[in-house]
Amino acid sequence: MKQQVLTFILNGEEVAVLVTPTETLLDVLRERLQITGPKRGCDDGECGACTVLLDGEPVRSCLTLALTVEGRTVTTVEGLMVKGELDRLQKAFYERGAFQCGFCTPGMLMVAKSLLAKNPNPSRDEIRSYMAGNLCRCGSYEEIIEAIQAVAAGEY
Amino acid sequence: MAYVLHPTGNKGGGDPSHAVIQLKPDGTYVLLIGAMDLGQGAPTILRQVAADALGVPIEKILVSNYDNLLPLSVSTSGSRVTLIDPHAVVNAAEDLKRQIREWFAQQHEANPEDVEIEGETVYVRGDRERTVMTMEQVAMGAAWGGGYEPASLIGRGAWQPGKYHAHDPETGEMPNVGAISFGAALAEVEVDTETGTVDVLRFAQVWEVGKAINPLLVRQQINGGYCIGAGFALTESCYPYFPSVEYAPEKMGDYFMPTFEDYPQQMIFGIEEVPHPNGVQGAKGFSEGSASGPPPAIASAIHDAIGVWITEFPITPEVILRALEAKQAGVES
Repeated sequence: MKQQVLTFILNGEEVAVLVTPTETLLDVLRERLQITGPKRGCDDGECGACTVLLDGEPVRSCLTLALTVEGRTVTTVEGLMVKGELDRLQKAFYERGAFQCGFCTPGMLMVAKSLLAKNPNPSRDEIRSYMAGNLCRCGSYEEIIEAIQAVAAGEY
Repeated sequence: MAYVLHPTGNKGGGDPSHAVIQLKPDGTYVLLIGAMDLGQGAPTILRQVAADALGVPIEKILVSNYDNLLPLSVSTSGSRVTLIDPHAVVNAAEDLKRQIREWFAQQHEANPEDVEIEGETVYVRGDRERTVMTMEQVAMGAAWGGGYEPASLIGRGAWQPGKYHAHDPETGEMPNVGAISFGAALAEVEVDTETGTVDVLRFAQVWEVGKAINPLLVRQQINGGYCIGAGFALTESCYPYFPSVEYAPEKMGDYFMPTFEDYPQQMIFGIEEVPHPNGVQGAKGFSEGSASGPPPAIASAIHDAIGVWITEFPITPEVILRALEAKQAGVES
């Protein structure tokens, strides 16, 4: 299939990469750019492990055709760290054990980032509702909720 | 409410774990274990155990369980790792210390029994000033030789619980060869009698784990166990659309595991510690038991709410509505 050049901002830097029209953003990130933070869980839009921020909004990268992000801004979990310093959410997740196997964590972090950007002080119900599209089979939901609440409360 | 007795480990007859600890030339240690990590944190716990057994900071220990060139651990199953593998690690640490004593005694023409290891300091008792070396110097000397005899300082250990005998049918007694962990689970539910949906409002679970080597990991297992157990109780089914197998789930979206929204408004966890004689520092496993508590606790809360005992899982809205219909029919007849 004919390849085209895709140009977009990835974690603050412009990248240009050859892609085919049927490749998803997840394919391009993982296979072509070696950005392996977004995980391929269900590859079907159901688990949320592949979530990235597209112009600040959480999207399933497995359901996003790569060519649709032309000229746009994509942030993955790799882009959360600034100058070697973990993001507040990353610190809270780490210290409060908001994961076990860690497979869902990159997606959880990106959705939580988007939640706090929109609602800096969410209630427990608001967190449950906003995060509900992301699955965690280890069942770390409770610790994730508390980590988000701790960041909202300014503990990190 | 439900109580859970959860046996941990497979009670002998073939349930060993092995461990290897190597002293590296820079005075750090490599701990090799066979226990697989599914996210429960076995390498973290075993690293803690090794640090304690060697009397060194945890940062000195690198743990590896990531390939097949490693010592055996029968499996990550039966909540066995925290009960069994720490013994293998402690035995490996003791074996390594014995080798260090022997090597050190040989270099200083002393008896191994007189060699004292205090964490990262080694010396011959009664001759400390002349003989004292840091573990880094010992490691460097043994590894690189130079003025010393080179030696490969690698400790090995293995362990399994005693042979299993069944309960005495008369007295109920069981030899103390494995370990049982004890849990209690409490659920508060709301049942919509029109739609049949069950909402778990509050849930509490307390586990007696012998010794919580890592309390954060214990907490994660208790709360994570709720997720597995609540899915089993209310939603997860391989054949959700009875009766035909063709309608079995094909994707994650067809298999309803709990999401954030299925989590209760309030989760309470508790850890109790009664050191168990068969555990290193009294620790025993319990994790899978935390998934066993929620189904009966939720079923009994449903009984409390609507007066019907449900005896099948998952307790889907359809199951609730059928049970209510049967109850109504019983009342009318």
